[in-house]
Amino acid sequence: MSTFSKMNKSVNRRVVLKGAAGAVGIVAGSGAITGFPYVRSAEPKVLRYLGTAVNEGDEISKKCMEDTGIKIEYITATTDDVTKRVITQPNSFDVLDTEYFSLKKLVPSGNIFALDAKKIKEFDNITPVFTKGQLPNGKKIGAQGTAPWKVLYLEGANSRMFSKTPTEFVTLIPTVYNADTLGIRPDLIKRPITSWTELLNSEFKGNASILNIPSIGIMDAAMVVEASGQHQYEDKGNMTKAEIDLTMKIMTEAKKAGQFRAFWKDFNESVNLMASGETVIQSMWSPAVTKVRSMGIACTFQPLKEGYRSWASGFCVSKAVAGQKLDWAYEFVNWYLSGWAGAYLNRQGYYSAVLSTARANMTADEWAYWMEGKPAVGDIKAPDGTILEKAGARPRRRLLRRSHGRRCLLERGHGRERLHGPQVERVHRRLMPSQDSPHQRMRQVLVR
Amino acid sequence: MRSEIGASMMQNRKSPVAWLQAAPMMLVFTLFFLLPLVFVTIVSAWDYNEYEMIPAFSLRGYTDTFEGCIAGLPDLCTILKTYLKTLKLCLLTWSLTLVIGFTVAYFLAFHVRSKTWQIVLTLLCTIPFWTSNVIRMIAWIPLLGRNGLVNKGLEGAGLIQQPLEWLLFSEFSVVLALVHLFTFFMVVPIFNSMIRIDKRLIEAAYDAGATGWQTLTNIVIPLAKPGIVIGSIFVITIVMGDFVTIGVMGGQQIASAGKIIESRLNALQFPAAAANAVILLGITILIISSLTRIIDIRKEL
Repeated sequence: MSTFSKMNKSVNRRVVLKGAAGAVGIVAGSGAITGFPYVRSAEPKVLRYLGTAVNEGDEISKKCMEDTGIKIEYITATTDDVTKRVITQPNSFDVLDTEYFSLKKLVPSGNIFALDAKKIKEFDNITPVFTKGQLPNGKKIGAQGTAPWKVLYLEGANSRMFSKTPTEFVTLIPTVYNADTLGIRPDLIKRPITSWTELLNSEFKGNASILNIPSIGIMDAAMVVEASGQHQYEDKGNMTKAEIDLTMKIMTEAKKAGQFRAFWKDFNESVNLMASGETVIQSMWSPAVTKVRSMGIACTFQPLKEGYRSWASGFCVSKAVAGQKLDWAYEFVNWYLSGWAGAYLNRQGYYSAVLSTARANMTADEWAYWMEGKPAVGDIKAPDGTILEKAGARPRRRLLRRSHGRRCLLERGHGRERLHGPQVERVHRRLMPSQDSPHQRMRQVLVR
Repeated sequence: MRSEIGASMMQNRKSPVAWLQAAPMMLVFTLFFLLPLVFVTIVSAWDYNEYEMIPAFSLRGYTDTFEGCIAGLPDLCTILKTYLKTLKLCLLTWSLTLVIGFTVAYFLAFHVRSKTWQIVLTLLCTIPFWTSNVIRMIAWIPLLGRNGLVNKGLEGAGLIQQPLEWLLFSEFSVVLALVHLFTFFMVVPIFNSMIRIDKRLIEAAYDAGATGWQTLTNIVIPLAKPGIVIGSIFVITIVMGDFVTIGVMGGQQIASAGKIIESRLNALQFPAAAANAVILLGITILIISSLTRIIDIRKEL
């Protein structure tokens, strides 16, 4: 009897699964039909999306398919390989997800299409941090590094030269931004850390690490050199040869003196170094700090008085894209900025480049919770709809992405622990009156 | 007799059938080895800027590589130091894998009597290869780390007060991982040579009153030479070009010849990377050819 009931159960389960699959099919189908009630182009709308794994989420491509009928095919590579591919094989992708710092190499290669700003619906709503280099209140922010507004505009449609003033020809449409700083092990350091100079403090000899992605790591190195008063850079993102030599000399001396335990290149490497106690202070990314904490190990994403090293990424289109495919590319970028994706990114602790549409796609409660660090009024849901936080909770759990785009839900051990990552920054901002907006951390902008 | 064979060989060389038989291998060899090598050499003499290579003759790839080598004398320049370091790691790894590999092969060939057990034990040696190179390498990290098993064990036993820092992210850990990864490449060819040694030779040596050591140096080692050379070629070529193991186990703080090529590629300086590849190839060929000059493998085989 029991065998029979078991079989029966399994059959039932299968039927249910079938039903569910059917239902999903219907939903997806109806979505596509309502999206395009009249004409469906004979060619399926497919865009090849080249980028690192970090921003390549299945939910985003699914929702995009539902809303626009565009099928996104992800091509995943490491930061360096993405750049290599753009330069050597511009025909192998349509849309490129990259960061501003690589534009100085990509644009002169002539493989990046100049997007028409007028065709980007939300272009004027992109936070002025990107387009003008100022906060929404008009205050100018730091211009060092590959600041977005310096590489955002081209002189003409086929130009390989960046324009100093805004034009209608745009290189990279920003989607998301955040900032990095040093991560520390407060339990092992046992004193406050307030400056980048601490990275080279001999107190931490053999216990420090720096990021080994040269284009980003050199910025961290320059932050240290400047904080230690050894040199004031005109622009850390455009150093003179003498400045590069000086920075490398200081770093080489530190390395030879045994300051560094190891260098890290990969998200997981940074987590392992910190979690195992090999390092107590190092360049770090906010999700990595979260991951260390999730192992029950104290780790702080430490705000420093000299500021953060911020970064931003977004979309470029390949020069090889033309005709109908170009329209789809515009449609995709417009969809991305239209709010759903922005809200999705905000719910992961990042900042969407177009905050207004993202806000429209979040409840007031969600906005207050994610963006302002206020306690939740109702249940806070993760992008996939699971309940992330019960009503009344303060932000202490967070959904994050691991290095390869896998999402995972992390729960802090106990509510008393200090917040971290973007939340630490938000809390910090609230505590410090001078830091009044999410863009304030761009004060020392070093966009990587 | 000899001249007859020679004549027939000459004839064979001319016969189209022989060429046809060799053609598939030649084709594969040309397409996937010679041609890319030619391209690499050509590109190494091109010019470049930050984002592209310029097809104009320039030796910048080479001159940039050796920048400061003359001006910086008597201090060694970075590239020379890097090559010396790579050679040092290579030499250490080679000698250790040779000693260990030879011992294991000797045990398998002469101490294990039954053929079945020889096969079983050889297969046992391959078990680590069931997981990837990277995993076998990374597995050392929690073991050797500051708070790793070894340090905790030694501290627990009261042998040390402070954790040993040189266990991880040092030349020690690099050589350890390289030896661990590549000893098997030494074992197999040496074992292969050893089992072909006629056992009667060893009996004869024993009967003639040779000691164990004399048998080893006069019979086993000379006859195992081809295996030793082949194993050495494997190990040397792999270690000279390695950048992953040296990178991970050295905490990315130890430069190697392979690492230079990788960094150049990541900086999109393809001609410079190609130039370094050509230099590395030249040095490796030098090492290998001097090895084969000492022992003529073709004759020995």
